[in-house]
Formats: sequence, C-alpha cells, structure tokens
Amino acid sequence: MSVIRQDVSLASIFWSELKSALLATLWMCLLAFPLMTLTINPTEKTFIFSLERMPYLAGGTFVLSILWRFFLKRRAFQGITKAVHQSGGLPEDLTKGPKPTWVTVVMGLRHKRLGFFLLLAFTIVLPFVSSPYTVNIMVTALIYVTLGLGLNVVVGVSGLLNLGYIAFYAIGAYTYALLNHYFGLSFWVCLPLGALTATLMGLLLGFPVIRLSGDYLAIVTLSFGEITRLVLNNLEVTRGPRGISYIKPASFFGIDLNAAPKEFLIKWLGVDPSMDINKIFTYFIILALVILTIVCVFRLENSRLGRAWLAMREDEIACQAMGINRTRAKLTAFALGSTWAGLAGVVFASHITFINPASFSFLGSILILSIVVLGGMGSIPGVILGAIVISALPEQLRFFSQYRMLLFGALMVLMMVFRPGGLIQSTRVVHIHKTKGNGQARLKALTGAPKPKTGGYS
Amino acid sequence: MSPADQYPRPKGGHDLILNAIGMSMVFGGLVALNGVNLSIERDSVTALIGPNGSGKTTFFNCVTGIYKPTRGDVILYPAANLPSISLKGLPADVITQRGLARTFQNIRLFNNLTVLENVLIGRHCRMEAGLWGALTRNKKTRAEEAAGIEYSFDLLVTYGLDAMANELAKNLPYGDQRRLEIVRALATEPKVLLLDEPAAGLNISETAALRDLITHIREREKVSILLIEHDMSLVMNVSKKIYVFDYGRLIAEGPPEEIQRDPKVIKAYLGED
Repeated sequence: MSVIRQDVSLASIFWSELKSALLATLWMCLLAFPLMTLTINPTEKTFIFSLERMPYLAGGTFVLSILWRFFLKRRAFQGITKAVHQSGGLPEDLTKGPKPTWVTVVMGLRHKRLGFFLLLAFTIVLPFVSSPYTVNIMVTALIYVTLGLGLNVVVGVSGLLNLGYIAFYAIGAYTYALLNHYFGLSFWVCLPLGALTATLMGLLLGFPVIRLSGDYLAIVTLSFGEITRLVLNNLEVTRGPRGISYIKPASFFGIDLNAAPKEFLIKWLGVDPSMDINKIFTYFIILALVILTIVCVFRLENSRLGRAWLAMREDEIACQAMGINRTRAKLTAFALGSTWAGLAGVVFASHITFINPASFSFLGSILILSIVVLGGMGSIPGVILGAIVISALPEQLRFFSQYRMLLFGALMVLMMVFRPGGLIQSTRVVHIHKTKGNGQARLKALTGAPKPKTGGYS
Repeated sequence: MSPADQYPRPKGGHDLILNAIGMSMVFGGLVALNGVNLSIERDSVTALIGPNGSGKTTFFNCVTGIYKPTRGDVILYPAANLPSISLKGLPADVITQRGLARTFQNIRLFNNLTVLENVLIGRHCRMEAGLWGALTRNKKTRAEEAAGIEYSFDLLVTYGLDAMANELAKNLPYGDQRRLEIVRALATEPKVLLLDEPAAGLNISETAALRDLITHIREREKVSILLIEHDMSLVMNVSKKIYVFDYGRLIAEGPPEEIQRDPKVIKAYLGED
C-alpha cells in the first residue's frame, strides 16, 4: 500500500497537516466573520465593528484542527497496520474470540456476578442515602434506560430506524393519565393496559411500514410521532396543550407512604426528612421494570425470534431465503419495542403527575435514539450506560448552562468519529462445543479424496 | 405415484424432484426470462450456464420466491411417496421451508453475527419457539435451542468451520465465507440446493475442493443440486445434465458431452464466425 511506503516522510505529513489546519482556520474565520466582529449597541442603535475577538477564534480553531487531524491520522494508521496484519493470513488467535477491550477487562467474566450484585446492592441502597434531587434524576435515568432498551430492540437489533418512538411513550403515559383522570383507575391496572395499548399501536404502525426500510421507514415513523403529538394537542378528551394534571402516583397497597412508613425510615435508616417516600416507591417500580426489561431483551436477543431480527438487520433478502417470515419479524419487533415505551410512559405519568403533549416532542425521539447509538447498537450494557450518560450529563453540564447542548453535540460527533460502535460495543454470545470435533481434518478427508466413501463423516 | 398427486409426474423414467414449467419474467419492457422449462432429477447435480445477463440468476430468484415470476409454475416432488407441491406465488420463506435453499452470487452472510449464529439462523425454519418460549425459556425451548446448536456444530465440524464457530462471519477468509454460505443453506435441511456461482473468486485448489464438496453433498446428504457456474471444468465434471440460457431463453439441454459439442452453445459463448 502506497500510504505506508517509506518515502512518505513524517515531515511531509506534518507540513500537509499544518497546511490543512491553516486552511480550516481561515475558513472558520470567514464563516464566523459577521458573528464575531459585529455587535449592536442598543442605546445608540449602531453597529460596532471590532476585530478583537478574531485572534481567539483563529487560535482556538487552529489548535482544535491540529488535534483533530492528529487523532484521525493516528486512527487511520492503526487501521492500516491492522489491515496489513490481516492480509498476511489469519491471525493465530482466531479461535479465542474478540480481543479484550477496556470494557471487557473491567467487567471481566470472573467478577461479572460479583459486579452485578454490587451494582444491584448500590441501586437498592441509593434512594435511602441520597437526596430527593438524586432520586428524581435516577427515576428519569431509569425511565430512559427502559426506553433505550425498548428502542434497542427496534433499531439496534432489528435495524428498523424508528424516529417516532416517543409516540409510544406518549401513548403509555396518556393511557394512564386518561384512565386515571376519567375513571380513577389505579397505576397497577393501567401498567399492563398502557403496555397493551402501546403494543397495539406498534402493530397498527407496523402494518403500513412492512414494505418500507431505511430512509422511508424513518420518515414514516417520524410523521407518526408528530401526528400523535398533534392529535394529543388537539383532542378535547386529552385537554389539549393544558395537559392532564394531578395524576395519582403509584400506590403501595393503598398505604400512605408519607405517614407512618416515612417516620420509620427517617428514624431507623436516616433517610433525608425532605424525601417524598412515594418517589422512592416509584424508583423501585422503575428499577424492577428495568431489571425485567434487561432479562426479557437478553432472552429475546438470544432466541430464535431474536436471531430472526438480527438476520433481518444484516440482510433482508438472505433472511427470507433462510426461511424467516420478514413480515412477522418486523411486526413483532415494532410491537415489542413499543411495549416498553408504553410501560415507561405509565411510570413517567405517575412519576411527574402532570403530562402535556410538549413532553413528547420530536427531540425526545432523537434523545432516545442517541442513547442507543451512543451506548452501542444492540448492546444491553451499552444502552444502559448511554441512558445514564444522556440523562445525567445535562445535569452535570449545568455549569456551562447555555453551551451545554453545544457540548452535547460536540460529544456526539467525537463519539461517532472515534468510537462508532458506541461506548460498549455489542458482543455475541460464545457457544462452546461439547464434543470437540476435528473439523479441519475431516474437511481434508472430505475434499482431499475425490469420492469420500469411507471418510470420517457420520 | 401418490394418489393425492395434484401435479402428475412426467413420464419417461426420470425421477424428478423439481420441475419448472414455462417460467417467464418481465421487468417493464425487458424480458429477462422467456418461457423456460427446467427440471432437476432426484439426487443429481444439474448445471445452469450461459453468458452474463442470460437470466440465470433471475431464474434462481423466480424459483426461490425472491421475484414473483410473470408466468410459469414450479412444482416440487419432495419424495416418491409424497404428494407434489406447487411453489408458484409462495413467499421466499415458505419456499425455503418446503425444501429449497440457495446461496447468492455475491456472498450474503450475516456479517456481524458469529459463524455459528449464521448456521443457527439457517435452522430457523426447522425450529418452533416463538415469543413466549423466548421470554420464559421453558424446557421445550431450551431443548430445542440446544438441539439446534448441536446440529449447527455438527454441520460446522463436517465442513471444517468449527474452529471459527464464534468468530464474526465478516472476519472469515473469502473461501470460508463461500463454504459457510453453503453450510447455512444446508442447515435448512433442503431437498434442492441452488448454488449461484459458488466458485466465483476461488483459486484452482479451492475450486477442486468445492467440486468434492458438491459431490459429497449430493451423495451423503442426498440433496439435489442446481448449479449456476462459469467455471466450465467444474460444471463438466460434476453435473449430470446441463441447461444453457441465452437472452432469457433455453437454447440447449443435455449431458455435458453433448453440450460441449452443441453449435448453438458455442455460438452463444464465442459469437458467430
């Protein structure tokens, strides 16, 4: 390959990179020229022209550009050495599975169970030792985990780009809100009902989109999300943009948790006195839901149905040629993905007790999609981490206030360039054969002799 | 002949497994296939040859349900004592379930899944577990899953791919990818295997190994094979009967010796003097 030939010296790479960085700086300065040089003096109603901010912009752009190029170059170089290595034949350790990454080292198989129990213990203890603020954030984060895992079934596993996922979340939330508002139905009755409604709506949307894939599917689902929001905004029953308030939180066998149990918790466990115990209860509900979701999604992914979804994602024509009913696979993926959005919606409505259509804007769909993409398509731990990062990060970035969305965007771009597979890339389950056969020898016996009449084949 | 035979078997002593009658496929104004008749004898290798664009792959797509043929019928005779089935108008997945499996001209593996999973997906239509089984993982599902994995591993061992069972399919060398595609098709337990240019991109020794593989599949697995191939030495060596397409028409059929001498075939391949 000419790229790694010796005559391409480091110095020439350096000069060409420097030139590109200078060009980028010049381009940025030109683009931002009116923004950075002109300010309005509101009292005298005049424009003030000053160049004093330009050097900072130029310097910053130049440094960032150089860094950017350095990392890209390094990445490209690593790619080339890897390709050269592979073209020289198969690496020795092909049978040993994927190379360990920092994630697999941290979550090493030996301590997986221990790590899991520690994490579970931590999540159980957390609400009793933290502030109401933390519990609120955690409930939101866990709702996003559920949503992310649900969308992961549709986008990550089945490869169907759904840009209207928030609609199913809205359907779940409104199912509970309306049934509670008009008929006084309780949370526990509405939880399965909300899931069912969302599933049915998923099926309903699934039928027209059976034939679509890729961009077309994205547009139809996007429209569905918007239509749902507009319908909720304009219906009389849903009280339009005023929304529905005073939704009852989930009840614990009808016991008022803020009375006797609260005093007990404060006295014996040292719980923050300002804590709303209902919130702790909601936290445990959503935690249980997350665990249920993880178990279900993991089981689905490694089942006959899940493999059909994966096959559909990988190659639609080959999957049909393998005897998979694509229509059924698509519908189940859509419907099941929506189920979890419905469940999360019911919990959301009971958690914040007031919902209106503005809670379910297109931005929500994008946010959940970024959770899946950022975390790692098809990877359960990845999506969980992604959900926590995405829902907690804006809180942490409050310090940067108005710049936080900008930082968020920059972070996404960097992620996609340097780690396109997500924070924790998905890995496949490894199956070990019980009776180790010597396949290579058998193949040799099979293809070495023209007519393998007495080969080792059984 | 079975009493319930809806489609009478052709006379003449040939035991057919698949009979395509008058297959036509029209794309807009382009006639890609024009009334082609093709039959495959049980436990034999039949080859389909012809210049590029002569409609070979279109024929495959019509037979396997990827395309809906404009006209024509495909009849499958699963076994001597079983009634025949028309595959006309059935979707691709049902046709696979009935016993036709295929490979593709450009390898179409599930790249980001492991070798074993690729084969397990081939088992899909021979397994039953649905949503409920997947979520509850009951005894029946677990047994079926274990049996499926066992079956797939056995196939991988037989075809020398077991050492890479947990490797992603895209990381396999080209020759192994071709072989894996055949193994994946075999996992559906086909009665007829349709191979679309399996030797494309293989070197001489790999092609020789492929020839033995095809013979093995026919003799041991009792699978009848329809083969599209440009490698004439392979075609002439393995096939019992050869069909030649040109411009969507069948221009010749017969055993290899006859085809090699057929002036129409020579004309289609080399042009006129």
